[in-house]
Formats: sequence, C-alpha cells, structure tokens
Amino acid sequence: MPQPIRLKDHERDARLVRRRVVVGAVLVVMLTLVLVARAYYLQVIQYDHHTTLAENNRIHVQPIPPTRGLIFDRNGVIIADNRPSFSLTVTRERAGDWQAVLDTLVQVLELTSEDRAIFEKRFRQGRRPFEPVPILFELTEEQIARIAVNQFRLPGVEVTAQLVRHYPLGEHFAQSVGYVGRINEQELKKLDPVDYSGTHHIGKTGAEKFYENVLHGEVGYEEVETNARGRVLRVLKRTEPQSGRDLTLNLDLRLQQAAEAALAGRRGAVVAIEPATGGILAMASQPSFDPNLFVTGISFKDYAALRDSIDRPLYNRVLRGLYPPGSTIKPMVAAAGLDAGVITERSRIFDPGYYQLPNYEHKYRNWNRNGEGWVDLQLAIMRSNDTYFYDLALKLGVRRLHDYLYGMGIGRRVSIDLGEEAEGLMPSPEWKRARYRQAWYPGETLILGIGQGYMQATPLQLAQATALVANKGRWVRPRLLRSAAGLTPEQLMADGQIPQVETPPDVVLKDMKYWDMVSNGMQQVLHNPRGTAFKVGSQALYRIAGKSGTAQVVAIKQGEKYDRSKIQERHRDHALFIAFAPVENPQIAVAVMVENGESGSGVAAPVVKQVMDAWLLDDSGQLKAQFRPAPPAVESH
Amino acid sequence: MGNFDRTLSSEDVVRRRATLLQRLHIDGWLLLILLVLAAGGLFVLYSASGKNWDTLLKQASSFGLGLLAMFIVAQIEPRFMARWVPLAYLGGSAMLLYVELFGYTAMGATRWIHIPGVIRFQPSEFMKLIMPATIAWYLARGSLPPRLKHICISLLLIGIPFVLVLKQPDLGTAMLILASGAFVLFMGGLRWRWISAAVAAAVPIAVAMWFFVLHDYQKQRIHTFLDPESDPLGSGWNIIQSKAAIGSGGVFGKGWLLGTQSHLDFLPESHTDFIIAVLGEEFGLVGICLLLMVYLVLIGRGLFITAQAQTLFGKLLAGSITMTFFVYVFVNIGMVSGLLPVVGVPLPFISYGGTSLVTLMTGFGVLMSVHTHRKWIAQA
Repeated sequence: MPQPIRLKDHERDARLVRRRVVVGAVLVVMLTLVLVARAYYLQVIQYDHHTTLAENNRIHVQPIPPTRGLIFDRNGVIIADNRPSFSLTVTRERAGDWQAVLDTLVQVLELTSEDRAIFEKRFRQGRRPFEPVPILFELTEEQIARIAVNQFRLPGVEVTAQLVRHYPLGEHFAQSVGYVGRINEQELKKLDPVDYSGTHHIGKTGAEKFYENVLHGEVGYEEVETNARGRVLRVLKRTEPQSGRDLTLNLDLRLQQAAEAALAGRRGAVVAIEPATGGILAMASQPSFDPNLFVTGISFKDYAALRDSIDRPLYNRVLRGLYPPGSTIKPMVAAAGLDAGVITERSRIFDPGYYQLPNYEHKYRNWNRNGEGWVDLQLAIMRSNDTYFYDLALKLGVRRLHDYLYGMGIGRRVSIDLGEEAEGLMPSPEWKRARYRQAWYPGETLILGIGQGYMQATPLQLAQATALVANKGRWVRPRLLRSAAGLTPEQLMADGQIPQVETPPDVVLKDMKYWDMVSNGMQQVLHNPRGTAFKVGSQALYRIAGKSGTAQVVAIKQGEKYDRSKIQERHRDHALFIAFAPVENPQIAVAVMVENGESGSGVAAPVVKQVMDAWLLDDSGQLKAQFRPAPPAVESH
Repeated sequence: MGNFDRTLSSEDVVRRRATLLQRLHIDGWLLLILLVLAAGGLFVLYSASGKNWDTLLKQASSFGLGLLAMFIVAQIEPRFMARWVPLAYLGGSAMLLYVELFGYTAMGATRWIHIPGVIRFQPSEFMKLIMPATIAWYLARGSLPPRLKHICISLLLIGIPFVLVLKQPDLGTAMLILASGAFVLFMGGLRWRWISAAVAAAVPIAVAMWFFVLHDYQKQRIHTFLDPESDPLGSGWNIIQSKAAIGSGGVFGKGWLLGTQSHLDFLPESHTDFIIAVLGEEFGLVGICLLLMVYLVLIGRGLFITAQAQTLFGKLLAGSITMTFFVYVFVNIGMVSGLLPVVGVPLPFISYGGTSLVTLMTGFGVLMSVHTHRKWIAQA
C-alpha cells in the first residue's frame, strides 16, 4: 500500500497546538489550586498547631548521641568505658549578649582569661541554630552549685550530663587503644553531619580511631517542644540511638603489665604476637602517657610537657619507630639463602674477622675482629657471624634479598588494624635510583645481609617476621581486634566497616625443613653454651628460638672502634631481640627494642624472656599444661 | 497624510506608545508583570536576607542584567534562532561533557566550567533554553502530531543532557531540562495514548527496580528523599521549620519584617530556595494567593503568545518555556510546603540568585521575540 504523502497542514498544526494550550492552561490552574489548598491547610486548618510551635520557640529536634562501644582486653577487663560527666553548655540564640554571659561565667566560676579564650574558641564552633555548645567539661560539684545559684544571670547556660570516655587503666594502653578527643574543624568537614550531630568526641589514635565506625553507633533524636527559655516541655517523638559495638581486643592486661615491668623504666618497645592467630597480646612503648588527658582537651602546658619531653612519650615506638633491624634479620636472610639454593645447611665459609669484595680495599668487619674460622649456617646464626652473612647476601644479590624480605613483611605495613603503622623500608636498586639518583653498589648489598644500610623496620614488623618463621611461612596479619560484638576483623572487612587489606601470599620454601634449619640456628642462640644469649636461654623452662641485634644510632667511621665510654648515652646503639617459644608449638613471638640498650643479648633478651614467662608459665612457675609439647603420637594400626 | 494638525486624542497616545514598544520588540504586558514580580521579590528578599542591602543590590543588578539579556534576545528573529539551534545544542552538550570529564567541583558537585581569571559558569543553565528550542526545531520540521520515530529521537536528544546534568549531580536542573523538552512534545500534540502508556509503564518499572535492583542503602536514600521528615536532623529540618513558618503566618501573616521563624535563623536557605516560607509567614495566605495570581497572569500571557505565534517553531518553544516556568513555581512551593521532595529549584523572580534570574529573563525574551516578530499579511 503506498504511503499517503504528508503535506504540512499549518492550519491543522495550529489547531492542535491551540488545543494543547487549553489543556496546559487547565493543568496549570488545577495545580495552582493544589498549592492554594496546601497553603490553606497549613495556614488556616493547622494554624493553631503551627502558631504554637512557632510561638513557643517552637519545635526542636535534639540529637541523642549513641553510647560509644566499650573496649575490653581478651579476658574481659575494661580498657575504655564511658563515665557520666557534667559539662556546661551555652546556646547562643538564647544567651542574648553572649560576650557578657561568658564574662559572667568566668567571674562566677573564678576562672582566668585564658579559660575565657578557650571558651570563645569552642563557642565559635557552634553548628546548627539553637544547638547548645559545650564549653567546659568535667564540672565539679562546687561549680555545678555555683552555676545553679547564679542561673538567673546566665541565660542560655545549662549544665548537662553526658557520657565521656574514660580509660581506667591509664597509660597501659595509650599506644594501642589510643584515645578520643573533641572533634576538630577539619574532622567536622569529613564527618557525616547527621550521624555526628550529637557527638562531641571522635577517636584520634589507635583502635579508637581505626574502629571509629564500629564504636560510634547510630544517632537517635527526639522532637521536643520547648518554651521560650529553652526548657523542654514535652517530647513529641523519640527515636532511640543505637549504641556502638563493643570491642574485645587480643591484648592481655597481665602480659602488658609484665612487658612494661620487663623494660624496667628503660625507653623501648615490646610487641608480643600469638603466631597462630596474629593476635597482638601486648604492645608497649615506654615511656607512655595518660590518654585521659586528651579526652576533654589537654591544657597547653600539659601538652607542651609531653611533646617536648626528651623521652618522647607521645612517640609510638612500636608502630612509628624505624630501626635498622641489625642481626635480627639474619634468620630471614638464611631462609632466603636456603630456598634460593646459594647455601646449604652444610656449606661453610672461612671467617678471618672481615670480608672483602674482590678488587676493593674496604674491609667489612665481623663484630668479632679475631674471626671465627670455618662457619656453617648453624654457627653463623648462633654466633651472629657477620662475615657469613656478607657472603650470603652477595650470593643472593639485592634483587632476591629484596623480594624475600619484602615477602616476609619488611618495608610494608603488616597489620590489619594499626592505622599509624609506619611502612619501613626494604631498599632495592630501583628505590635508590628514584630516591638518590644513584646506582646500587655491591657493598650496599653486603650490609643488607646484616640488617644495616638503608633497611628500616618497626618493632611490629620484626615481631611479625618472627611469627612468620614460627608459622613456617604462613602469613597471618597482626591484629589488635579479637572480635567486635562477635565479628572478626575479616568479617568487618567484608562488611566494608574497616578498610580492606589483603593477606600477603605465604612464604613457601622449596623444602619445609629449611624452616627447621633456621629455627635450629635460632635455638642455638639461647641454648648452646656458645650462643650469644645463652645466659638467658639456660634459665628457660622451655625452648626458645631467638636472635639478637643492635641498631646503630650514629655511624662509626671505617677503622674506628665502637667505644661506649666515648659515646653519649643517647647515641648508644639500640638493643634488639626477637624470639618465639616454645619451639615445638609456638605460642608467642616477641620483638623487643631497648633504646640505647647497646646489647641485644644482654639487655633485650632478658626482657623477651620475662614477657614469655608471663605468658607461658602458670602461677607456680611451671609451663602451662596447654603449652607443653604434645607427646609423640603413638602410631596405631 | 493630511492630519498633522489634528490634536492627539488619548487613544492615539496609547497606540503610539504601543508602537514604540513594538518597534523595540518588547511585549508590554510581559514587561509589566515581570517588573511587578521583581519589585515584589526585592521586597520579600529584603526581609528574608535579614535587611541586607548588599544582597538586595546584587539581586537588583542581576535583574538589570536579566532585562538587558531579555531585550537583546527579543531582537533576534525566531527564524534566525531556529537556524542556530542545532549548533547550540551540540555546543551545549559538548560543554556538559567537558564538565563531566574535567569540570570544576564546588560543594560536592561538578557543575562549573572554570577558566581561571576569565570566567566560571554552569553550562547546564544554558541547556534550560537550548533544550526546548532544539526539540521545537526538530518537531517543527515535520508535521504534527509527532510519530514514534520523532518521539524516540526527541527522547534521545533530551536524554543526553539530562543524564549528564543528573550525574553532576544536579537533580533540580536535570528535571527542569527534562520538563522543558517534554513540554515541547506535549505542545506538539503527543498523542494521549503515548502519554498514558509512559505513565503506565513507569509504575511497574519503578516497582521492579525497588525490589530487584536497588540496594538497601539506596532505598534508604530514596526513602528520606520522598519523606524528609523521617530524617529530621538532615533535610527534614528545613521542611519541619518551613512548614511551621508558613503555617504560623495564618491568613494575613505576621507582617513585613516580623516573621519570627525566618528572623531567628530557624530557617536555613531562607533567602534562596526556601523564600516562599518567609513570604508565607509574613504575608499569610493572602500573600501566597496574590503571588500565585501574578504567576497565573504571566503564564496566561505566555500561553496567549503561544496560541498567537505564527510559526510552529515559535508556538512549540513559547509553549514549552511557559509551562516550564510553571514547573519552577509548582516544584518550589510544593517542596517548601512539604508536598514534594526537596530538590534545588528556586522560586522564580523571588529567590536570591543571579544565574537563574538571567536565564528566566532570557526565556521571556524569547517569548517576546516570538510575539513581536510576527508578519501580517496585508488584509484588504
């Protein structure tokens, strides 16, 4: 059928549009009537209701902050709880001349002009209209009484009770659990304004910060009617807030206290990990500080004292302290050498007391300048022979050394939930080119073999690498959290509540026996009479595998000897020791750093043993039954 | 020409004035209503801004700029506009795409093209006028009512800028762009069965999306969007307060500058999107009805121009601009009074904000151009 040819019919088009104009006009009039009807409904029918609301200063929506989740140690001891505290709030819109009100307040409470400056600063951070702004916390009974008496002179000023974070154990967990503090302006910009509308504190460091989402909970609110003075007359509607989740950490108060006691007032760091679960059992950085100071705002003076102290209590040595791992890296280098096939358990080298690269003058010294003669793997670890490891590092080459050690966690963040963790550094030729625009020298490979040079690791990374050896290469990321109301860190990750981190691939050696060879060498360190830490190992009721190390603070020139008498106390080497035990069934891996402690075996090793004893021995000083090596399995047919 | 010596009657004066306006291509009625609206708007704004002269002066100068834009656009013949529309559409879409890829971000939205030191503007604002012009141009080439093919192509033409603006994200402007295009189709006689089919299809699609596609958090967001009062600390705060403001105004209002809600900082955005709450509180039901009446007269004049327009392009464009203007009014008042979800649409000529004022005035310039460039075939 042929299509009819369509001609433009202007008259018809015009009629069509005109009809639509009429339809449009009717639509507009009808919808306008809807608007008029709505205005009539609000302004005539509901007039009384709205007038009351508006006249009485009306309807208020008050956020009800959720209760922050509590934090427990692994045995249910409370580390962080919430304590009722009275604070003073001012509502700007009701205060009238608020400058005068602040003046009166300062006078009534007998405060200083410095306090007034802080008040003003806090006051200016007010958020939505008619929101009371807290300006003074932790009111005493007397202060509350004074305000009550002078209430008539203080319009818009109220005393309110709220829950404030409290850390009953004080400084024990300042470095791991961290603390909360008042929300500052930068944080305010990033936060969900609704969710945090009733909250004045936020996690600033440690687990408090990392698990902020989990701990915070959901805000509730109530619609209240108030009179002109701001007194609540009645609650119109209330939605309950949802408390945050409680956290149970892997930390153990007793072990934590033991670790701190073991450091005996020295500056240093202790980390203890349960190898099977990655749970951090203790984490001490000494000296520490009282986190309660930060909760309601630390005074300038207190803060300056903490910040400027030469002992650096605010410095988290476990997570932020970067040290060349020194000889503690040798077991890991040995595992790499065995797997790469450049050494065997039997292969030996001769140590004249130093090592020289072919065609180079420079002598790389063994710590024992007399030399140790023929050295094999066991002896090399036991005696911490530098010459052996110079040679091993050169045979491995920097490329393989980097890949193995990075694979074991050196130079990368290893934990799941320690947000402040430093990355450390596992150098490579590419890194050096990018950083210094210089080629890699063979000598730099040599000193990597004994954990010196550019390499830097945190005590946490060392503890993790030790746990990895105890686990025979199986990776378990260290974590503070045991469970958050039944959820493991992995479940929280899958749920998107904490950042996703992948577990690095397990370190699989060609032969599992290589791990035993490394472990054997580490046992000799403590249990062989020639071992560097035999003094400590000989007193142990269980077998320990460990390794000492020292981290240089200041460099020593070629040909110069380390002479402690010439060196200032603060410039002495840091003492390191890593270990795990019992070797048959590893329960605990520990890394210890004693600042300016000089001797890994002499100073750091006893600390390790004290921590292990606290974990492994029962009250009568015997190895706990569950940690005893399993009796050899009886084969049954 | 023998009547030079005749005295001018009053009738002659009116005719001559009309002629002067016509020579300037200005529609007297529209101009009068716009001036009334703008004057009333400044009056309300003075109160809503907390007696802020700076705000008032800025708004007045924006209005002056808008008058200039209107005057210039009114000089352009509709035929000339139609010729350049396709290019404008391509240019506008390209700018929107540029915004999507490299745009300047402020307040969580990417809406601006920013050439440092030279200019910063929102291309989506131009699109509000380019969109109806494009569809009008496209439909005016064929005959009415549009057939399925034309409808599909029109929807595609509307869809591209709509999606780009929606992604900025700017729901209010995206909706206005969509409406301006859709009204051209409506004016072009889009068959009722297509319209009812579209409405009928929307319901099951929405239901299916709700149950099978959307995540819980998305549902939650839609829920607070549709029912802001369930979120009284967030967007619900504005609605609760603006309803109280309007409601407490009663029939005659509390009087100019005497609104308590708006003057006690209860009402956020009181001088921009929520200004009708100030008007409702201070001038009551009477004030709102009066404003709506002025709007109706303006829309009536626009529809009259539509019906009188000579070319099909002119008819469709004028009709769409007029109807879209009503969408501004309805959506804004509807949202402030708690009938509709909150989207960022200003109250035309009353809300503070220069950009939308200039765009609106330009739109009315187009209406004037359509009306004053008619050619009369001499009749004996």
